[in-house]
Amino acid sequence: MLELFLHLLLLFGLSPLLPGVIGKTKALFAGRVGPPFLQSYYDIWKLLGKGLVISRTTTWVFRAGPVLGLAVPVLAALLVPFGAIGAPLSFAGDLIFFVYLFGLSRFFTAAAALDTGSSFEGMGAAREVTFSCLAEPTVFFCFIVLARLSGSLSLDAMFGQALNAGWQSAGPSLVLVLACLFVVVLVENCRIPFDDPNTHLELTMIHEVMVLDHSGPDFGMILYGAAMKLFVLGALVVRLVFPGATENVLLDTLLFSGSMLLLAVVIGVVESTMARLRLLRVPQLLVGTMLLSFFSLILLLR
Amino acid sequence: MDNYNPANLLLLLVILFNFFLLGSSRLGACIRTVAIQGGILSLLPLFLHGFTGHALILAGGAFLLKGLAIPFLLLRAIRQVHIKREMEPLLGYVPTLLLGTLATAGAFIFSDRLPLIEAHRGSLFIPVGLATLATGFLMLITRRKAITQALGYLIFENGVFIFGMLLAEAMPLMVEAGVLLDLLVAVFVMGIVMHQINREFSTMNTGQLSSLRE
Repeated sequence: MLELFLHLLLLFGLSPLLPGVIGKTKALFAGRVGPPFLQSYYDIWKLLGKGLVISRTTTWVFRAGPVLGLAVPVLAALLVPFGAIGAPLSFAGDLIFFVYLFGLSRFFTAAAALDTGSSFEGMGAAREVTFSCLAEPTVFFCFIVLARLSGSLSLDAMFGQALNAGWQSAGPSLVLVLACLFVVVLVENCRIPFDDPNTHLELTMIHEVMVLDHSGPDFGMILYGAAMKLFVLGALVVRLVFPGATENVLLDTLLFSGSMLLLAVVIGVVESTMARLRLLRVPQLLVGTMLLSFFSLILLLR
Repeated sequence: MDNYNPANLLLLLVILFNFFLLGSSRLGACIRTVAIQGGILSLLPLFLHGFTGHALILAGGAFLLKGLAIPFLLLRAIRQVHIKREMEPLLGYVPTLLLGTLATAGAFIFSDRLPLIEAHRGSLFIPVGLATLATGFLMLITRRKAITQALGYLIFENGVFIFGMLLAEAMPLMVEAGVLLDLLVAVFVMGIVMHQINREFSTMNTGQLSSLRE
């Protein structure tokens, strides 16, 4: 029970801090002061207090998008261990559940975008769906590698103690898995070099264009959900890098929170040093990542 | 097999560079990558055979030629003929990458079935060597520009070099030196040929060489 409470506390409390840290890192690189660390909390709070404008052409699907966008990361978070704090919910095969939970929220976000009837949003939905269907095999190959290493089909065990032994016996393929998962984190959360969360140029937007028509509390939910998604997927990467566990719960929590912030800094550095890829190059890079994850599987199996 | 053997890590890097080469369209980046690949390979004899005189000469020679001289020549060649990227490969980059990965997977599976001596069993040298050979072949087949074909030839030679590593003790130094010298001469000739092709046809596409004209 305590574990569940701690899990949700970390998720709800800490996740909006990550975009703040990324923003601060980017500002530091650009020589600006940048928005405060807590800016995302202010934004979400402000949006939740605002009124809601809904187009008359939309249906219930339009409202369902943000709700699922918020609910899915919370559910998915329950399957993922946060550092050494084990997952509250875990069963054999939950890795497939995990991937398709995000598939569900993506479907509803895209459907909500299409529901507005704007061709512009339809374009964004098409791009989002294309890229994520290329990212999905990568996730599965990475999970298969981890499942093989741990001999288990639940995320809690795959990202559990077996990782320590895994780094000893199959270091190179875990390095590849780490790189692939990091790319997946960037793609799924619409970060540079795949998508620029700040751009509002119609030719380049992907995720941002799908949520243009949402306002007020709905948009607040989308922002909160996006922050949580970054947190959940980031937790996988962080766990892969720091597989150890101390016996102390407090220490584990601190270690996990610190490493999540470190991940946010790394993402900020990547965003500051790289340019956004041309749209045509993105699928190419994603296929490359997929092949890399496939190669890591070969390396493990031989 | 101990995965933390530095030679194995270097070989993994070689494979990653193979993938990059198959997927990249920028000639400058490709040439530099081949240079780095060659540099990495030149470290292999030292890890494999220790700091013996034979290994040192092999490493030094390979580093000078593969890492410095040949890339320098190629970079100068593309500066002279003003080309920056491979424009239209016969096969797209993604299909080539797919084929490259399949070939790499095949190399790993195949090398497990080869009747090797006990010392070489399970080592990464043979699959990586085969995969690099396949990458070189793919580059040679799928690209149009003379210079990328020269690069494919270089990658091919890198694959041969990886194989040669296993035999380095049995193989006289002269053989390896001869191969390296051949390579250098080949790149020289390629550079001159490229210059001529460019002057005659104002393009570097080798496809045009097959059409006759007055």
